[in-house]
This record gives sequence, structure tokens and C-alpha cells, in this order.
Amino acid sequence: MSLRTPLFLLSIAGFTAFILWGLIGLPAFGNYQGPYGDIINGQVVSERHATNAVSAVNFDYRGMDTIGEEFILFVSVAGCTLLLRTGLDEQLVEKRNLAAEGRSYSTSSAVKSMCLVLAVPASLYGWYIVAHGQLTPGGGFQGGVIMASAAIFLYLAGEYVVMRRLNPMWLLELGESIGAGGYVLIGLSGLAAGAAFLQNILPLGSEGSVNSSGTIWAISMVVGLEVSTAFVVLMLEFLEQLLELQPRRPR
Amino acid sequence: MSVFPWIVTAWLFAIGLWGVISSRNLIHQVLCLAIIQSSTYVLLLAIGYKTDEGAPIFVTAPSGSPAVDPVVQALTLTDVVVEATVVALLLSLAVQAWKRFGTLDPDRLRVLKG
Amino acid sequence: MSWLQMALLTLVGIGGWAVVATRDPLRQAIMLSLYGGLMAGLFFAFQAPDVALSELVVGAVVLPMILLLALTKVRGRAE
Repeated sequence: MSLRTPLFLLSIAGFTAFILWGLIGLPAFGNYQGPYGDIINGQVVSERHATNAVSAVNFDYRGMDTIGEEFILFVSVAGCTLLLRTGLDEQLVEKRNLAAEGRSYSTSSAVKSMCLVLAVPASLYGWYIVAHGQLTPGGGFQGGVIMASAAIFLYLAGEYVVMRRLNPMWLLELGESIGAGGYVLIGLSGLAAGAAFLQNILPLGSEGSVNSSGTIWAISMVVGLEVSTAFVVLMLEFLEQLLELQPRRPR
Repeated sequence: MSVFPWIVTAWLFAIGLWGVISSRNLIHQVLCLAIIQSSTYVLLLAIGYKTDEGAPIFVTAPSGSPAVDPVVQALTLTDVVVEATVVALLLSLAVQAWKRFGTLDPDRLRVLKG
Repeated sequence: MSWLQMALLTLVGIGGWAVVATRDPLRQAIMLSLYGGLMAGLFFAFQAPDVALSELVVGAVVLPMILLLALTKVRGRAE
């Protein structure tokens, strides 16, 4: 342990010098020279009728990369669910006991009322961000996380049992699978219509309206569904570890 | 001072790496990994920035108005959300390690002895 | 490069060091939340509102929540 720190400081000094030498060779900050950003900024409104260039790049111009990222998310949540499964030496507390105990750790009434009031507007706001992804800053990823925070508000308000009942695991897993598979199906529908995979084949609509820009809007919806259910599943897995598992008593 | 973003990137990377190597707690290590990830976000956005130009949203600005690069923003955007789930995966690994070995110290986690 | 961007970059550098230097994971969760807010401000100053929104919700809501849940689980048997 005493040798680790000086050795590391030496190597990190060399590494940082090397990385700075490489980074300083980039164009100076503020002098972006690449052509693709300018081309996309000039063409996105006329070509795709979408006013949010970042969402158009995410879901249309570089849609293949976003499929990969979404499946990274899907597989990470599957890995968490696998790792946090009930082990051989644990058992689930029966739901009956959970409800009887009430499980309300004396939360202050200010937190309770505030979180109960905010749960539904947070969900609505997340839905708004998802639906307007191609118009204003937003999209499936951001809106999905905001929608997941509505479930967090319910838990913070002390209503763990209500939250579990409103978010049954089979429904969440169904939603997550629909989200992940829906993206691929939208891409395959491009193939079925005779164009390329993930080509924008739906009618483009007029810019500024909610159903403009074809498949960008549809992909934003399925990504929002997938991200929100993925984060709620994560939270429920951790909560189940915390509140419902106990070591199995030897018989 | 136009190289300042690159200096901050290298600094965040180095300090996160130091945190990972010198850590005594698995959960602290995972958070230092999150710092390393955030250095890449700063790098990507600083590459795409153009001085005195607006955001790549064309709701009120007309279509041809100058804007910064949207491609690096798209990369960073998905990256931020996906790395949160990867951090959750690493934390569940840490919880399982604690359950099996009773310790969160990476120096004391030995290979399973049979 | 404007003064706001330079100030936010400096704060982000200091915040990164502060998150690493906090050894107790419980306090680190709060520091990470603040760091997420600073990063969101920096991304906003870099004319990237999408990324700022994303970093804000993830860094201030999701990461500290998962962290606190994992920490409460390992609190029982401290080594």
C-alpha cells in the first residue's frame, strides 16, 4: 500500500501529460470545423420537419447508434434483475406482513404532502417532454427519466404499498419489452415498406405540430416507455432487496 | 484560455482514476467511475461548441441560423442516461459482494476459497 | 470563451475533486447530486439544453436514489 501511491502519481503524471498533448492538438475551443454539424443544422427543418436537431440526429440520422444504446440499457437492467434475485438463503417477506406493519417510517408530513401533490404532475410533465421530443429540447430519454421519478415521489411519500400495487412487475416488464422491441419493429417496418431499415417512412406532417417528422415521434414514444419502465424496475429491485428479503430461517 | 476545457477534461479523468485506485470502499469506487465518465461529456460538448452561436433548436430561430454541432450532443445525451444504468449494475455487484464476503473493501475481497 | 463558461468549468473541476475526496459514500451521494447540477449548468452554458436536461434528471434524481438504496442495504454489517 505504501508503494502504490507514489507509483500511481508517477504514472498519472505521464498519462495526463500525454492526454493533454493530444487534446491541445484539437482545434481551439469555439472553432468547430467539422462539416456535418453545419449540414445537419441547415437541412433538418426542411428534410425532416423537425425543429429539434438533436432528436433528429438521435432517432433518424444516427438511429442505429441509439438502438445499440437502448439495448445496453435493457441488458443492464436485466443484469441487475439477475444479480439481485432471491438467493438460496433468503426468502421474501409475505406481502400480508408488509401491509400490516404499514411500513411508514415516520416521514415528515411536509415531505409526504409535497410528494403526493407532485407525483401526478411529474408524470404528466414527463409525458409532455416525450411527446414534444422533436419540437423542443427533450425526447424519449429525458422524458422517460422524469416519468420514472413520479414512482419515486410515491415511494418518498411513504406509500410503498400503494406504489407496489400501482406498478406491478409484470406490467413494467411488459412495458419495457414493448419499448425495446418496438424500436426494432419500427425499423423493420421501414424494410417492409421497401426502404432501408429505420428509414423515416411515416408522413412528415407540418413542422411545429406534435405529430410531425414521421418515425422520430414514434421512436421517441417507445424509447420513453422503455426508459421509464427500466428505471422503475431498477428502483423496485433495490427496494425489494432492502425491504422484503430476509435470511431464511433454518427449519 | 482556449485550452481550458481540455485541461478540465484531463483533470477530471486523472482525479477520477486516482479515486478508483486509492479507494477503500467499493461504492466510493463506482462513484469515481462516474466522475471519469463525466470528463468525456465535457470533452464531447467542448469539441462541438462554436463561439457566439445558438443551440441547435429551430423553434423561434429561423432554419438557417448558426448553431452548435448537434451530433456530439446526441452522443452525450444517450450516454448520460445509459451510464446511469451501468452504475446501477455495478452497485448491485457491490451489494452482492457485501452479502457474500461481508466486506466492501476491495483489498480484502479475496478469490473464493473453495 | 465567456466568463460564465470559465467559471462553471472551474467549479466543475473543483466539484469533481470534492466528490472523489469525500470518502464516506453517504456524503458522496449529496456531493454527486450537487455535481450533477453544476454539470447541467455547464452544459447549458455550452448551448446544449437537451444534454443539460438529461444530466439534471439523471444526476440529481436517479443516481443518488440508487446509491442511497444500495447504501442502506450494506449498512447492517459494517466491516
